[in-house]
Amino acid sequence: MTVRVQSEVFDTGAELTGFSADRRDVGAVVSFTGIVRDDSGDLERLEIEHYPAMTASAIEAMVAEATQRWKLQDALVIHRHGALAVGEVIMMVATAARHRKDAFEAAEYLMDYLKSRAPFWKKEVAKGGASWVAAKDDDEDALSRWS
Amino acid sequence: MIDVLYFAWVRERIGLPKEQVETKAATVADLVAELSAREERYALAFSDTSALRVALDQELAEFSAPLKGVREVAFFPPMTGG
Repeated sequence: MTVRVQSEVFDTGAELTGFSADRRDVGAVVSFTGIVRDDSGDLERLEIEHYPAMTASAIEAMVAEATQRWKLQDALVIHRHGALAVGEVIMMVATAARHRKDAFEAAEYLMDYLKSRAPFWKKEVAKGGASWVAAKDDDEDALSRWS
Repeated sequence: MIDVLYFAWVRERIGLPKEQVETKAATVADLVAELSAREERYALAFSDTSALRVALDQELAEFSAPLKGVREVAFFPPMTGG
């Protein structure tokens, strides 16, 4: 299981290739990539703040819980912080299992928890000013299906 | 002494990321009341705690949680990761 919190850009393709390389016990890999999008048409960048002392341990706890719930051979979470341009990769999750159902469900679980329980805060900086992204009720509701 | 950290708009409203606070507050809610009584910027940041989250020693907690033995308290808005 690998968790990385970093400001640097990373190559999702290379990460995914390395993730399942040289394994004989993996029949399914599911991955999700989060990308900076521009809904308003004037977004200059996304600034992601985090709580350095808490971030990695909070994500590791989520990964440990996912490993308890599903039969996973491996899991990978990479999440960036700092200033990100439109189109840049924010984060990725990958899960590896013998069978796809475990891989799909665990990836969804990790995404739902990363959204609402990992200590990151997004700020949208646009030409007209900056604003913090508000958490959505939908994201909070998404957690209830796992309880 | 307890380390108090602020993130995102809580940090911006209060105007600093971290401070050390001398307090005898028994719970998080008591600490919030103490800080809010200090200055307008704190009162503004803590005006609606239902819009805030708190972590004690890097673990999410409730505002009713006791502070005994806690070294670091962090206040922040609901998280927006992913």
